[in-house]
Amino acid sequence: MIRFENVGLRYGMGPEVLRDLTFSIEPQSFQFLTGPSGAGKTSLLRLLFLSMRPTRGLISVFGKDTTKLAKAELPSMRRRIGVVFQDFRLLDHLTTYENVALPHRVAGKSESEYRPDVIDLLKWVGLGDRMHVLPPVLSGGEKQRAAIARALITRPEVLLADEPTGNVDPPLARRLLRLFIELNRLGTSVVIATHDFHLLEQIEARHLILNDGRLAVHV
Amino acid sequence: MTGAKRATVKARRPDGARAATPKKKAKRPVKKATRPKSSNLRFSLREKTAPIVPPQAISGQALMLVVAIMSFLACLTVGFVAIVNDAANDWTNDLVREVTVQIRPADGVNMLLEIDRTLALVREFPGVGDARALSDEETKGLLQPWLGEGLELEELPIPRLVLVEISDPELLDLPAMKNQIEQDIRAASVDDHRVWNRQLSAMANTAVLAGFGILVLVLFSMVLSVIFATQAAMSGNKDVVEVLHFVGAEIGFIASEFQRHFLWLGLKGGIFGGMMAALSFLIIGFFGGGDISSVSGNQVQALFGSAQVSAIGYLGIVAVVVLVAVLTALTSRLAVHRHLGNMD
Repeated sequence: MIRFENVGLRYGMGPEVLRDLTFSIEPQSFQFLTGPSGAGKTSLLRLLFLSMRPTRGLISVFGKDTTKLAKAELPSMRRRIGVVFQDFRLLDHLTTYENVALPHRVAGKSESEYRPDVIDLLKWVGLGDRMHVLPPVLSGGEKQRAAIARALITRPEVLLADEPTGNVDPPLARRLLRLFIELNRLGTSVVIATHDFHLLEQIEARHLILNDGRLAVHV
Repeated sequence: MTGAKRATVKARRPDGARAATPKKKAKRPVKKATRPKSSNLRFSLREKTAPIVPPQAISGQALMLVVAIMSFLACLTVGFVAIVNDAANDWTNDLVREVTVQIRPADGVNMLLEIDRTLALVREFPGVGDARALSDEETKGLLQPWLGEGLELEELPIPRLVLVEISDPELLDLPAMKNQIEQDIRAASVDDHRVWNRQLSAMANTAVLAGFGILVLVLFSMVLSVIFATQAAMSGNKDVVEVLHFVGAEIGFIASEFQRHFLWLGLKGGIFGGMMAALSFLIIGFFGGGDISSVSGNQVQALFGSAQVSAIGYLGIVAVVVLVAVLTALTSRLAVHRHLGNMD
């Protein structure tokens, strides 16, 4: 599904922040991406959701070499990847419902097509009664669930989550993790970037450990 | 599966979707940051969704003022060009439909007899509507600004004028009439106002060209302002643009979201500027008639007409308003495309 071969990344003329990364994300797999702060987790996630191109090496996403992707192909590729940001990135002037419906809206669907799906998903993540609320009054956990719902609404093949439990208390972190597991069970590949050891201990899953820009894989 | 496997839960593994669903929280009293909604949920969800780019994020007021001022200037230019063009056309039409025969005083020339002969001769030509000699009073009136009042025409060797009105310029053989008059009438010359006509056309064309030059400069300035405003709006909405990118929005979709704002903004600014220009012309037309009873007022009106914008001039103003709105929208769209192209 996603394949990295000897991938390196540097910003400008600086040192390489990611070095010789070789791994793959398989269909319906579940993995944690972990490592100390500054190890390059966010940079790796940015490569994964096509926000950046590598300095060297090969990245293949859904069978296509990203270096050969035309700009016009990027949106359709990104729609197959759901992203949950550490800082949620909800649009403050849109309601929870509108934020979650955004991926459908940009895909040109009419509201009558996606409305039932959005409502069902919001209920599923426990935000059924917060649909018309603007993000500034949502709690950290609610924002996190809204961001997750937005990433899932189009049923992406891969879900990337950057520190999804970084802003929530342990009980809510466990609930969010159960949500990710359920998604994975329904067929979505999940990559969770975290350095929350409690979260890592919750389930048995593949660990991608980044340290000083290099990757070690523990199955 | 190679190198990866599905997650297995060590503890509290959910049995299904329902088990994994986080518990519903108790309803909170927080309602201040919600959109007004009806009691019926389905109805409220059918309400118009909010624009993706927040309108207040675009520096609307200042830009709308700039667009309004620019469209005001552009409409003024179009209006003035229309006035000059109409005046020049009126002049040209009047001149084309009139020929003046001048009979100069000379030894042995009976002026009154020659005038009568001239009148009889020109009336024979097809295409001539009417012909008459300027009366003594009219001749005195023409000379009054230079020679003053109390003028006695008999005491001065003053040429007399015969005005020939042409009813059908295509039917009249003007060179033949000119030759005939100059052969048969002593000391007569025919002025078909061709030189005047040519100079007037040149002046009008120059004014129209200058007007279009000014129009192009004004619109160009407006386009530059819109480019800067769009870039500022893009920078101000960087987060929105990034999120749209991540959720898979096409560049065309993002550009349309911005374009819609700028089209509306350009339309409002353009209409405001156009209305102000139209109002200015109405006021000028109302008060600008001036004192047409005076000699100078009469001359000004003869030269520039009544300073009123014609229907075509007002249509030009409407066209400028539409052009301003379309230019604003297109410019913003291109600026967004360029910005996003650089971003990717």
